[in-house]
Amino acid sequence: MMWSALHFEFMRNAVLAGIIISILCGIIGTLIVVNRLVFMTGGIAHSAYGGIGIAIYTGIPPVFGAAIFSLIASLIMGAVTLKDRQRADTVIGVLWAVGMAIGIIFVDLSSGYNVDLMGYLFGSILAVPKEEICLSAIFTAIVIAGVCISYKELLAMSYDEEFGIIIGAPVRLLYFLLLSFTAISVVLAMRMVGLILVIALISIPPYISENFVSSLSKMMFLSCLFGIFFTLSGLYLSYCFNISPGASIILVSGTAFFMSYIKKLWKKK
Amino acid sequence: MSSNVIEVRNLWFSYEKEPVLEDVTFSVKKGDFLAIIGPNGGGKSTLLKLILGLLKPERGEIKVLGKPPQKVRHKIGYLPQYSFSNTSFPITVMDVALMGRLNRRGFGKRYTDEDRKKVEEILKRLGIWEYRNTHIGNLSGGQRQRVLIARALAVEPEILLLDEPTAGVDPEYETGICEILKELNKEMTIVLVTHDIGVISRYVKSIACVNRKLVFHEEGKITEEMIKMAYECPVDLITHGPVPHRVLPEHK
Repeated sequence: MMWSALHFEFMRNAVLAGIIISILCGIIGTLIVVNRLVFMTGGIAHSAYGGIGIAIYTGIPPVFGAAIFSLIASLIMGAVTLKDRQRADTVIGVLWAVGMAIGIIFVDLSSGYNVDLMGYLFGSILAVPKEEICLSAIFTAIVIAGVCISYKELLAMSYDEEFGIIIGAPVRLLYFLLLSFTAISVVLAMRMVGLILVIALISIPPYISENFVSSLSKMMFLSCLFGIFFTLSGLYLSYCFNISPGASIILVSGTAFFMSYIKKLWKKK
Repeated sequence: MSSNVIEVRNLWFSYEKEPVLEDVTFSVKKGDFLAIIGPNGGGKSTLLKLILGLLKPERGEIKVLGKPPQKVRHKIGYLPQYSFSNTSFPITVMDVALMGRLNRRGFGKRYTDEDRKKVEEILKRLGIWEYRNTHIGNLSGGQRQRVLIARALAVEPEILLLDEPTAGVDPEYETGICEILKELNKEMTIVLVTHDIGVISRYVKSIACVNRKLVFHEEGKITEEMIKMAYECPVDLITHGPVPHRVLPEHK
């Protein structure tokens, strides 16, 4: 039964896309979690909807619209966080809502609803085109290479930003690079689980992994494995019970999250 | 003039409207062991951050090793203020200490055996070599503080800047850390910030007191002026506080 699902080409694509996105999210997600950028990532993901709306209105591919829009949003959020730390969360919340509002209005203004908007909101892993899988694979390779090259600097920034600056690591540059990479990752992962659910896919595997490891690189590796496991089991459940794959993946991850959380609380006692 | 490793002249700084530091002038000689004392919120940590070039002075000038702080701060070993916040971060003692070697290896390069040797030497000296592969979250407060001191030393600094080195440390380890610093002072200039005039003031050579303004005492004596400036109620401090007798001037 499990393997029979793979007879369908869309299922094979979904599995491939799932594995690639899980690796991407495992690496970027680890950096997001240890740098406490989960809320900002949520903001970036949601503001991407503004880009989707504008793209539909102007007729460019929605993925590019979303990528450009979330890139801009991520850089603004990054700059605000550095300038006005005290109220950065408020500004992120506002950009989050404004981005979505822009998206809704531009979709309203567009004639006809020929695009599956639900796909962007809740994901459509079964309909991910081949080219996008290729794009994700290339981007993931770039991310892996980037992390390898700047690993010790990334570690210094994530562990102790202030010390990183003093010792001469290019903390500012890395911070904005991380945010831009997050923006692109979010848009690519959005195709799979949707922009509303993407935050879970990015934050849950690293959160669970953190309990088992004592280095950032191991945390990344384990996050990738957890992500692949959650994605494939979610996909399988959705195939068996004919339910939404995006939501299934998130519920599998969420279940694991709560189990790990309860175990952690238990241990503390 | 050349023997001064830190020079601060007419320094003013404020976060909002109220000045945090007002017309601060002092210099630290090479080989000095300076304690900067003062109440919480008196501007001690701010002063350290200015010396590190993390904050920019509003007015006045800061020179470290004769240059602006941003140019030479990689030669400063810095111990940040103790915090519990980052204990779940997945990192080992060795990896934290190696961070002090970061600027010696270019972008895209790994730490070398030389770096590891140096860090090994430092960890052994601080008595935490056996914990090298331990997760930072599994250490006690005193051990973690030593790890961060090890990171500062891995820089092979000319100046050691310590923000509350004995905070979060069990009292029985406090003297240990002080002894280590005394040893280290033979090789480098040490400036530390502390909010209580505790065990540590027995080890220092000079004392500065910061409460918006700064009073400097080269011989390491806490003058009445300092206490009055720093604390509302000097009598209370003298009777209840753990002030070692030696540092207090005679009362007239």
